[in-house]
Amino acid sequence: MIKALVIKEFYQIIRDPSTILISVILPLLLMFLFGFGISLDLNHLRLGIVMEDSSPDAQALVQSFKDSRYFDTKIVRHRQEVLSDVMEGNLRGFIVIPSYFTQFKKSGHIAPIQVIADGSEPNTANFLYNYVQGTVQRQNLIQVEPRFWFNEQLESRHFLIPGSLAIIMTLIGTLLTALVVAREWERGTMEALLATPVGVWDIVLGKLIPYFILGILSMIICVFIASVFYGVPLRGSLVVLLLVTVIFLICALGTGLLISTLAKNQVVASQMAIVSGFLPSYMLSGFLFEISSMPTYIQLITYLIPARYFVQCLQTLFLVGNVWPLILTNMIPMLIYAALIYTLIAKKTTKRLQ
Amino acid sequence: MRIWALIKKELLAILRDPKSRMSILIPPVIQLCVFAFAATLDVKNVSMGVLNLDPGERGFRLVEEFQGSPTFSHITHLRAVKEIAPFIDNQEGIMVLHIDDQFSRLLDSQLPAHVQLILDGRKSNTAQIVAGYAQEIVSKFGHDNVQLVLRNWFNPNLIYYWYNVPSFVAILSMLTALIVTSLSVARERELGTFDQLLVSPLTPVEILIGKMVPGVIVGAAEAFLILTVGVFVFSIPFTGSPLLLLFSLLIFVTSIVGVGLFISSLCATQQQAILGTFVFMIPSVILSGFATPIENMPSWLQPVTYLLPLRYMLVISRGIFLKGIPFNIILHNLWPMVLIALFTLASASFLFRRRLQ
Repeated sequence: MIKALVIKEFYQIIRDPSTILISVILPLLLMFLFGFGISLDLNHLRLGIVMEDSSPDAQALVQSFKDSRYFDTKIVRHRQEVLSDVMEGNLRGFIVIPSYFTQFKKSGHIAPIQVIADGSEPNTANFLYNYVQGTVQRQNLIQVEPRFWFNEQLESRHFLIPGSLAIIMTLIGTLLTALVVAREWERGTMEALLATPVGVWDIVLGKLIPYFILGILSMIICVFIASVFYGVPLRGSLVVLLLVTVIFLICALGTGLLISTLAKNQVVASQMAIVSGFLPSYMLSGFLFEISSMPTYIQLITYLIPARYFVQCLQTLFLVGNVWPLILTNMIPMLIYAALIYTLIAKKTTKRLQ
Repeated sequence: MRIWALIKKELLAILRDPKSRMSILIPPVIQLCVFAFAATLDVKNVSMGVLNLDPGERGFRLVEEFQGSPTFSHITHLRAVKEIAPFIDNQEGIMVLHIDDQFSRLLDSQLPAHVQLILDGRKSNTAQIVAGYAQEIVSKFGHDNVQLVLRNWFNPNLIYYWYNVPSFVAILSMLTALIVTSLSVARERELGTFDQLLVSPLTPVEILIGKMVPGVIVGAAEAFLILTVGVFVFSIPFTGSPLLLLFSLLIFVTSIVGVGLFISSLCATQQQAILGTFVFMIPSVILSGFATPIENMPSWLQPVTYLLPLRYMLVISRGIFLKGIPFNIILHNLWPMVLIALFTLASASFLFRRRLQ
């Protein structure tokens, strides 16, 4: 019985180009955008340098900024010359080497350098300060040696790409299922299906299996692109990755199914899928924005989002390896989520039958 | 005026159905209240580990400096080097400060000493910022001869939602205007009422205007709502001219409506229109410079961003809110949007007309 339904669903997938578009083209587009469009690696930070002091000491300092690959510098004598650039966003900020810089330094005082950053983009401002700090050579007895494990070159792509797989899987699992099932409701074919002797779970499974397979296929394509094209290392095992993906897909598909049963209308279903699936997995999963920096009430919300656990698993599996304690603690909430969602679906769908 | 009748009908079609009313109203509210505070690359409440093998006083003092810093809220003391790996692996903390047993001895005899920071590169952005904070604490502790004095203009405390809310004024009004317009024609087509509209005495331009105006009204109203909430509820400073911002928003929303109608005129079904909206929306948000600055992108990708109205509107909105930018910068970002609006509206009207023949 299920087999017949699955076959029917497959025919529908093959015949409707927009389904293939969502499940193959959209992931490719997203992988492309996340790989190239989002980058936290600032290599050409546009920095103004106001040299009020032109002594050899100050010259040497300026030279170290010129040589740095992180900065594109604009050197001026007076701060008035850079003000409009900061206003227009042509410069991300500037540093001022005051006229008394050398004098202070020679007389054993602490020599100040002023750093002005354009705070209207807070993250860039933060980085500007960090990079300036790293570039200014100083005499200090204590040397700090930072070592970045798992991502020695600090390539933000290695951090972003694994997490972005969670967004793509959410999109396929939730948006696609929501749309497809909502369409059946909209056209009235769902009632027809429910009126047949097929059981509720057969219908649910018949819907889920094809999209589950489609999701796994997309995942394989994405993992392939991630490791071959973007060069993200895969240090964990593929089997564990597959296992985690299966669990997450079950959650995502369930969410999509639940949305479509509630909405029964493609427009509303797509809106709900975006608001409850896509956006949270983008904003609240820790894929880009650090969860521990969010306000407490939002941190609590993130626990309800399966993508949060999936992102952690993905980042660990790609960059670290099979860290079982971490992976297990992230799997259990996903399983609980899945159990809850399918209980709800069963309740909602049987009601329709009566 | 028959255009008025059409505009009225379109507005009613959007606002009468409770579900579609909800879908215009609820998502922006959720996004404004949740995502404006969640979308932060800020680093706070950091958990870190300390492995202090130094028997002397200096190491202890350095650890105290970290304990006193507001950034590091949880400090776990590790006992041996072999505890570092599981600590980082399991994400119990993002950083471990490793002070070796020679630290005090070297410093006391005025010799250079070093401390090691081990950071979790899985979260490369956070790790980098945390390393910066740690570096600063250690520099102060070691008495530098050069001191950096930092001032952040326009947003002195780097409050993230000061950045997010002005951006959301543009992003959320874009979302609404896009969905309202791109689905309007597709739905009529699916239901077959679009043909009735085409055979009515209305000219294609009038139909276009009739479809356009409600989208502009709804989008602009939403932008205005978020703007008011931003200024009066979240107390975000507003330094520029409100009239200029409203004017720019109107042009922005018109260009978005143009894109929406263009998508709509290409699509035969609602599902296609949803897909089209999505394919325009995601690159818009990602490439507009909202998530990460445009100059970080590869140079061959940067020209693509010139095609996105959102790119220009973000500069204007953020600029008028926080920086009080002068008119010439606004103008510089306005005319590309005017061009996009003209192009998309003209193409949409051409496509409508072609259907008529």
